[in-house]
Amino acid sequence: MNATIFPSAVAGKRDILDARADRGFRWLVTGAGVLVLVSLAAAALSMLWGGRAAFQKFGIEFLWRDAWDPVMQDFGALVPIYGTIVTAVIAMIIAVPISFGIAMFLTEIAPKWLRGPVGSAIELLAGIPSIIYGMWGLFVLVPFLAEHVYPWVDANLGQMPLAGALFSGPPLGLGMGTAGLVLAIMVIPFIASVMRDVFLTVPTPLKESAYALGATTTEVVWDVVLPYTRSAVIGGIFLGLGRALGETMAVTFVLGNAHFLTTSLLEPGNSIAATIANEFTEADSPMYLSSLIALGFVLFLVTFVVLTIARLMLRQLARKEGN
Amino acid sequence: MTFSLYARRRARNLIAQTLAILATLFGLFWLVWIMWTTLTKGLGSLNLALFTQMTPPPGDAGGMLNAFYGSAVLSLLGIVIGAPIGVLAGTFLAEYSRKSWLGETVRFVNDILLSAPSIVLGLFVYTLVVAQMGHFSALAGGIALAFIVLPVVVRTTDEMLQLVPSQMREAALSLGVPQWKVTMQVLYRSALPGIVTGILLALARISGETAPLLFTALNNQYWTTNIMAPMANVPVVIFQYAMSPYESWQELAWAGAFMLTVFVLGISLLARVIVLRNKISHD
Repeated sequence: MNATIFPSAVAGKRDILDARADRGFRWLVTGAGVLVLVSLAAAALSMLWGGRAAFQKFGIEFLWRDAWDPVMQDFGALVPIYGTIVTAVIAMIIAVPISFGIAMFLTEIAPKWLRGPVGSAIELLAGIPSIIYGMWGLFVLVPFLAEHVYPWVDANLGQMPLAGALFSGPPLGLGMGTAGLVLAIMVIPFIASVMRDVFLTVPTPLKESAYALGATTTEVVWDVVLPYTRSAVIGGIFLGLGRALGETMAVTFVLGNAHFLTTSLLEPGNSIAATIANEFTEADSPMYLSSLIALGFVLFLVTFVVLTIARLMLRQLARKEGN
Repeated sequence: MTFSLYARRRARNLIAQTLAILATLFGLFWLVWIMWTTLTKGLGSLNLALFTQMTPPPGDAGGMLNAFYGSAVLSLLGIVIGAPIGVLAGTFLAEYSRKSWLGETVRFVNDILLSAPSIVLGLFVYTLVVAQMGHFSALAGGIALAFIVLPVVVRTTDEMLQLVPSQMREAALSLGVPQWKVTMQVLYRSALPGIVTGILLALARISGETAPLLFTALNNQYWTTNIMAPMANVPVVIFQYAMSPYESWQELAWAGAFMLTVFVLGISLLARVIVLRNKISHD
């Protein structure tokens, strides 16, 4: 180290070269690190820039206008935002309890020899490209639901007071309910594997003391494991939510691409990501294009907030662990 | 009284355990269904023409040779651009910024980038590259994929370097080896399997990516090797063909989907094997 400060006194030519290379390498890796930082900021700014025409014309009202008319050049984000939220909420309602069950099974219930294979199989589900989910959804799940499930839902649940509006409509198969289900299948492996990993961080003595006092498996999971890992579990759920909000291809296939507001989960709708994917190459005017990029900016903001919460929550457990 | 409490707790436990098992079966059920569909429909439409012919016009038979080639080029571009930067940034996090605020911020932002929706990154590269160049191109597609590769590689490099025992660093440094040489010749060598795994995982992730390519590389019905022009690629061809009303196109889409799934799962499996073998040799 001294050699870098007083090169003339003790250092040979080689030391000087090494010191120079050392500095250069430090700059190189720091630059790469900063580039990561910059790329996220640049992504936000570039979309704000690309969507400026739409934001200027419609103002903040862009967020809750329900118009989407390429001919009249009249755009608003309400329908896509609504669809994004509804599908993501359905996905979370299905995925969170299922993932919790899978994580509980993999950490406390399953015999040791079964944990590895089942865990890998669930992770395999996460590795399948989303476009495969979309194709499967369109060609297999949609006809199945349209034939066997939705007519029954419409006839039975559709007549309920209040909640009936959610479940009535033509059994097309395409729609927000189907999209929510496909999203749920896609995020289950994510949430489940995060939950399993954080459940495994619970110190064994803690669990063993509970078992020694006569607690059942359920009580150990509910009263020992869950309180210990609560923040990370919420983090995992938000991570899944972030994915559900931004998922594009799977949703595009099964959502139906219809620009109108509907309370029914059986009817087609639209989401931010699906709108962009479907219409981007058809956008023939600058205002149309700008509105789509503005939608992308909205999606970016929402997922950014969700993912930030997720990471902060996950970090809390890591801090407790002492690393 | 005590008995009924005991019985109630046992019943509750039994119900909860049953529900957990059912939840696992629910998860596995979809996996089996999706894999079965891909397998049967894909194998049914698989033939030699898939690998020897170009993407056909509507209603005609053909293959996906140009799309396979395009996907290979795009993935290669993504890896070549993204992986070196990712390795360097990961090195920065693990070796040059321990406990510094900049390092913590970069790590946090990288984690967000890791799960950011790919469609957003696609739009970003659209405004950054496509809008500036004035036309879609394979290069823009490669850059979009590089932004997906980057956080994956950063994360794994960071983690793998942190696993290298500090004695190795200290031993090398105490011999007077400059830090960059320690990093290049000691740390990278020791963490190599992990870093390669990260790059493989990134490759598995980008080869199925569709959304960002819609705005960047687009599609091309013909054979092209010009990376400044739009280029065919498997995911976008699948998307376009699956959404079309033509049966021959849909069959091709299934064949493509089958190949894509096999490739992606094969790569993830390979990555897992490398990690596993490495873990065993270290213990």
